[in-house]
Amino acid sequence: MAEFPDDVQTDVPPKAAQLSVRNLWKVYGPSAGAVTSGAFEQMDLEQKLSHVRDADHFVAAADVSFDVAKGEIFVIMGLSGSGKSTVLRCISRLVEPTLGAVFLDDTDLMTANPRELIDLRRHKMGMVFQDFGLLPHLDVVQNVAFPLKAQRRPRDARRAHARKMIELVGLKGKETAYPHELSGGQQQRVGIARSLAADPDLWFLDEPFSALDPLIRSQMQDEFLRLQKQLSKTIVFVTHDFLEALKLADRICIMKDGQIVQIGTPAEIVLHPANAYVREFIGDVPLANVLSAQDVMGPADGDGKDHPQVPRSTILNEAIKLFDDGTVTVDVIDDDGRVIGALHPLTVIRSLYHDDAVADI
Amino acid sequence: MNRAVNRTIRSAVTAWPWLALFALSAILVLMRQSSPAILTYPDGWTVPLVDWTNVAADWIVERAQPFFRGLARGLDAAFSLVQYVLTTLPWICTCAIVLVISWQGGGRKLALIATVGLLYILMSGYWIEAMNTLSLVLVALPLAVGIGFGFGYLAFRSRRARWIVMPVLDLMQTVPAFAYLIPILLLFGFGPVVGLVASVIFAAPPMVRNTALGFQSIPPAILESARMSGCTGWQRFLWAEIPTAWRQMLIGINQTTMATLSMVIIAAIIGGFEDIGWEVLSSMRKAQFGQSLMSGLVIVVMAILLDRITAAYAARALPTASFAGLPTARFFAVLAIATLAAMGAAALLPGLWLWPEWAVWSPAQDINSAVETLLVHYGKAMAALKNGVLYYVLLPVKIGLERAIVPFTWGVTFTPAAKAAYWAFAGLACLVGFATGAWRAGIAVVVLAAFVFFGATGLPWVSVLGFAVLLSWQLGGWRLAAFAGGATAFLLINGIWSQAMLSVYLCSVAVLICVVLGGLLGIWGASSKMVSAMIRPVNDMLQTLPQFVLLIPALMLFQVGDFTALLAIVAYAIVPMIRYTEFGLRSVPGTLIDAGISAGCSPWQLFWQVRLPQAKPQILVGLNQTVLYALGMLVIAALVGTTGLGQLIFLALGSADAGAGLVAGLGMALLAMMVDRILQAVMRRQR
Repeated sequence: MAEFPDDVQTDVPPKAAQLSVRNLWKVYGPSAGAVTSGAFEQMDLEQKLSHVRDADHFVAAADVSFDVAKGEIFVIMGLSGSGKSTVLRCISRLVEPTLGAVFLDDTDLMTANPRELIDLRRHKMGMVFQDFGLLPHLDVVQNVAFPLKAQRRPRDARRAHARKMIELVGLKGKETAYPHELSGGQQQRVGIARSLAADPDLWFLDEPFSALDPLIRSQMQDEFLRLQKQLSKTIVFVTHDFLEALKLADRICIMKDGQIVQIGTPAEIVLHPANAYVREFIGDVPLANVLSAQDVMGPADGDGKDHPQVPRSTILNEAIKLFDDGTVTVDVIDDDGRVIGALHPLTVIRSLYHDDAVADI
Repeated sequence: MNRAVNRTIRSAVTAWPWLALFALSAILVLMRQSSPAILTYPDGWTVPLVDWTNVAADWIVERAQPFFRGLARGLDAAFSLVQYVLTTLPWICTCAIVLVISWQGGGRKLALIATVGLLYILMSGYWIEAMNTLSLVLVALPLAVGIGFGFGYLAFRSRRARWIVMPVLDLMQTVPAFAYLIPILLLFGFGPVVGLVASVIFAAPPMVRNTALGFQSIPPAILESARMSGCTGWQRFLWAEIPTAWRQMLIGINQTTMATLSMVIIAAIIGGFEDIGWEVLSSMRKAQFGQSLMSGLVIVVMAILLDRITAAYAARALPTASFAGLPTARFFAVLAIATLAAMGAAALLPGLWLWPEWAVWSPAQDINSAVETLLVHYGKAMAALKNGVLYYVLLPVKIGLERAIVPFTWGVTFTPAAKAAYWAFAGLACLVGFATGAWRAGIAVVVLAAFVFFGATGLPWVSVLGFAVLLSWQLGGWRLAAFAGGATAFLLINGIWSQAMLSVYLCSVAVLICVVLGGLLGIWGASSKMVSAMIRPVNDMLQTLPQFVLLIPALMLFQVGDFTALLAIVAYAIVPMIRYTEFGLRSVPGTLIDAGISAGCSPWQLFWQVRLPQAKPQILVGLNQTVLYALGMLVIAALVGTTGLGQLIFLALGSADAGAGLVAGLGMALLAMMVDRILQAVMRRQR
């Protein structure tokens, strides 16, 4: 592992982080480089921010640091203008960051020269775009095979591989269609197939489902989870939809005005929002669909009686069905069947009303 | 009563610069008998910019000539080669190639149109002339497209390049092409090459614009996805940028083709060789209207074919296109087979090689006699129409009512009492405007009254200068005022004031007619699908035709003169007015109309209070285009004997006087730009 500054913001220690972002800054303005050099390094964050703003420059990303573990779905969530897309584009270097470091395994992406960068993109990265970015003059197979064409793979090989990817995303039978003949959902499936064609380690998705109808969006999210189960990519997923983030993320990073507000698992964020800003998002979340038994359970009863049991990752919506006239305790068991805690109606109700006093993780 | 007085005073306070201008103008008009410098800008105050330009031009020409003459030889060689091929190839062979290309682009329908067109060219007996013109087009087109693409891509890639390229484009398209024919003439010598170079310069701008536009409108996601796919810069350019921008570039190629043809034909003025433009021009000069009409129709046919074929290829570039044609390799195979087959047939049958004499159908003489008969029968009515417009519209605008109203034409005398009544009426209208708070309308009435009374040529130049500056200042602030003042001053100090005012006169009458007639046609078209469907092809036709051709029928019927020029200008410049009026009215949102109807509007109210105000921005755009078109056509109309800046350019062309031509051309461009910017300012205020 490379040497990192020790002010890592996450409370969860990175388990074999594959992608590490360190103190990333993106400043827009006529002399962004000059503004962020010299004494800039010695200032603290607040000073830095006011220094840049006093110089009439715009901060799109401020001191962003996080780690993404291998096989993890890391969702960056924020409203428009929060800098979430900028961060993603800095990692892929579609946008050149002003300051900071990004490590993929042990390689520093920021120091890669153009040739190396092209190589990294060809073999290590895949990206899905909000408005698909399909080439209108190519049919589905050609679009999917496009990254392989850039690598100069032989025509037959790349077409065969593209067909496999098309089947993977469920578009079999549409191989010869052109983008304009497909629905939005189908177009994004093409975009997904293309981003996976070169079998990258890193998978970037920039609001991939935001342009789709709600019903299709939900289908695509399920599809995405199914694919990830199969492929185990290291994923950075950008969205402005908090519910989408809760549904898909292993961990969520909430951003505002270019800064990270909170990083945590969906349950952590829902149960312990870092501030009022985060709490506002949680307002309309159907918590019973988000929280699982282990998130809200209290200590095991230990009264020796038999209680109904639920696996610890059962979502509350399912777990509470076990309560009835005669049942006031439900045991939570781990993967080996051991009882690790218990649910009581009162704890469950409190947790659904954002009462922090209940659960303790 | 008190309120009206108060309002009048307030209006007068707001409008004091105008009142001051009026007062000054009145004094100048009263003094004009004693000092001629009021009406005619004194020669002693001019700057010899023409001479300086000539000195500079001579200096440059002397040094650059060897280089450009070398370039000319190269171009000439390319042109001669193409010309040789096209004129010696059997007609059946050329036709076969054109047909296969049309069929590939637009299917059976386009092939049919091409067949009819080619047949006309063959039967008219102007095949060789048409081929000569076509070879000019075929050499100029790739150059214009290539240069246009280069600069367009440069403008897309570099902001600094864009700052230079775009204003130059504006200038290239507003300065009349004839004006820069002269320096080209000096640099490249005489002959077809001059037309070639002029066409390239004239035709490149649409390609530049469309290329830049095409690249600019590539969705960013496509560029990013290409980068993330690991494309190198070159791969991205070839595989993502070019294909995505391709359709827009094809539209550019279509426009560039039409511009090339148009210019190639106009270039005949500076020395024709056996091309179709020269044919039209020389028969026009010899008053052989039948011949000029027949050869003019050849140009029309060529324009339509080139337009349709390039447009078909542009439409086909969409993946949504219903007609795909053959795969490229098979297309070329078919093309080769068709060509060879035609060659073989021509070798066997000499009639397929050279179009036989007996098959030429030339009704030129019949047309001539028909026109004569027509003139004999309806000559009186037509003369009455012409004289009516001349006496009651053109002359008052040109020399003013005070000189136009004479017993000989109007049948009455403009007595001092009548003049006093005229001014009293104007003053009263102005006062009413002031009293009701509509002081702008009041001012407009007086300005209009003065313009019609004294005529474009009878106004003191100081007043016109003041008017231009004041109007621009009120509409667009001091920068616009500075531009208008500078442009007007340019016309004055170069001693081309009287010619400029003559141009203004003809143009303003033409624009007035276009606005009234075109506006009405547009309204009619917007209210009826059938009318719209009938107007559209006529509009397309008028726009695709090389401007030159529009002169022929007007000239045929009304001989040389301002009226003929007016007709030609109106025919060309009316199109945008019709189109934008109709488009503006048609694109009023349906909800607004529903809202109007449910609010109880009568159809009349609905038109005036809902649809027209909504369509106004579009109509203003149309007006702007109409003015620019009219100014552009003015130069060509000078061929039929109008006076003004256009004539000045032609005279300069005749004597290869680069300075005079450029100064007059620049004057024309400045006029056009001034009107354009003032109208743009009006449009901004509308928003």
